[in-house]
Amino acid sequence: MSALGRFLRNPAGLIGLVLLLLVLAAAVSASFFYPDDPLRLAGRPLQWPFANPRFPLGTDNTGRDIAAQLLHGARISLLIGVVATLLSLSIGVAVGAIAGYYGGWVDDALMRVAEMFQILPNFLLLLVLVAVFGSEIGTVTVAIGIVSWPATARLTRAEFLTLRQREFVEACRTLGMRDARIILGEILPNALPPVIVYAGVVMATAILLESALAFLNLSDPNVASWGNLIGAGRAVLRVQWYVSAIPGLAILLTVLAVSLVGQGLNDALNPRLKGTP
Amino acid sequence: MRLLALASRRLLASLPTLFLVLVGLFLLLQLAPGDTVDALTAQIGGGDPAMMEQLRQFYGLDVSVPVQLGRYLLRLVQLDLGFSSIYGKPVASVILERLPVTLLLMLSSLLLAIGAGTALGILAARRVHRWPDTLISTLGLVFYATPSFWFGLMGIVLFSITLGWLPPGGFEEIGAGFTGLRRVADIATHLLLPTVTLALIFLAIYLRIMRASMLEVMTQDYIRTARAKGLGEAGVLLRHALRNALLPMVTLIGLQAGTLLGGAVVVESVFALPGLGRLAYDAVTQRDLNTLLGIVFVSALLVIAVNLVVDLLYARLDPRIGGRT
Repeated sequence: MSALGRFLRNPAGLIGLVLLLLVLAAAVSASFFYPDDPLRLAGRPLQWPFANPRFPLGTDNTGRDIAAQLLHGARISLLIGVVATLLSLSIGVAVGAIAGYYGGWVDDALMRVAEMFQILPNFLLLLVLVAVFGSEIGTVTVAIGIVSWPATARLTRAEFLTLRQREFVEACRTLGMRDARIILGEILPNALPPVIVYAGVVMATAILLESALAFLNLSDPNVASWGNLIGAGRAVLRVQWYVSAIPGLAILLTVLAVSLVGQGLNDALNPRLKGTP
Repeated sequence: MRLLALASRRLLASLPTLFLVLVGLFLLLQLAPGDTVDALTAQIGGGDPAMMEQLRQFYGLDVSVPVQLGRYLLRLVQLDLGFSSIYGKPVASVILERLPVTLLLMLSSLLLAIGAGTALGILAARRVHRWPDTLISTLGLVFYATPSFWFGLMGIVLFSITLGWLPPGGFEEIGAGFTGLRRVADIATHLLLPTVTLALIFLAIYLRIMRASMLEVMTQDYIRTARAKGLGEAGVLLRHALRNALLPMVTLIGLQAGTLLGGAVVVESVFALPGLGRLAYDAVTQRDLNTLLGIVFVSALLVIAVNLVVDLLYARLDPRIGGRT
């Protein structure tokens, strides 16, 4: 059975895919349903959900439409998730591939750098980066990518370490292929499946990191981020708890979707590891 | 003895890394807009250039960056972390005041995550692909996806505001003057919700790892041997399977020590706990770079310490590790 077929027969992966498509649909339709700025003052503040048909999910403490922020927030979360993940994977795969392929002092040096990132709590490093470079949305995304690459590097390195000794690599060397071609064209495609699976974890973490940063008021205040809305709702938590509750559910569902798809990919790409051995 | 040698060698190996981290961060923080004096004068509502110059001299900011770095490292060796501009105290004493809260929170969360994660993981593995497994695995996925700060806020809404069972924040009842056991109980009720909040994501990860490694271990030959020699199911599970299945989880604890500390930053902010994480947040928002650097230094030490404990634990669980060196 093909990997795609296996993925589609897996209930976990399928549920994740449907959820992810829903979030994607929310992100795409945001401008259609709410063409105006989601952060503008839309009506009387603190209207409960379902109370006013104009605001199906109510308004927050500054009178902004929660539904509009929710749809536009999907965009921000997905964008940050995808871009930060791509960045983190690019750095991680590059470092891991070079370290694993060449070994020796190159490996030692690169792994020492990865270790440096590992003994620093990643959220703390993120705080430092934001303190230094500012909390503009692009900066935050890059910062998240920078703090989360070491795990990918380790994973890629481990794959390269086992693959570089295989006969097909020896054969390539005997043929006189250059290192770059062996790394990119021969070993990398074989090393990628576990990395792709791990991308789900990286993306889930990236979304959670941004929302935590936004919740602490340290992310970009000028975008409709779910974390920002939870942080704003904290001031009225005692009575109007829905302001914080609704965007939190959105984060939960998005992260759940990403991890379920990751798990489905895992089962599809590594069928040996699935279920009872 | 051999174990101790192994541990101290690992400790020595992490020193250069720590050194590089500190140098890197020191240089990184030089890029930050404004220095300590700027933050200080901004706080007292501006100051004239002559005074600012004097203050720079006082804080040693009037010399070149390499000299500052050298001085900083020299002071660090003497465990002097410098002076916090916003607290008006040495950074070391500010951090020492806050450290116990964070340590307590981290330790209780870790214990909860390990205990519950192990128990649920074993339970799921024993009933694999039946409803208890499905339920536990689904729960694990949901826990993993829940943003901790949001879970904390919802916990406050339910348990503090609606039900009134638990305090909404703080470390203890200030001014109540509890002593002895009464104080312990008071702190415990304050830490219950933060502990669960911080533990949630780790619980989810550990239960998943535990389930997977338990499933793998149970197919090994030595399990069949243990069964064949007539050992009861509980004996097989605890004496033979669990000991080996614990290894991946123990590795993960070491790898995630930093993540746990990072999580504490957020959780402490939600519950207004006067810990290290909360201090880090204040240092960032008020641009107290000396304190921030000190916190990073202490956190790195903490992560190294956790990894040391994990190494020792690992060697104890798997005797082959100690002998191989």
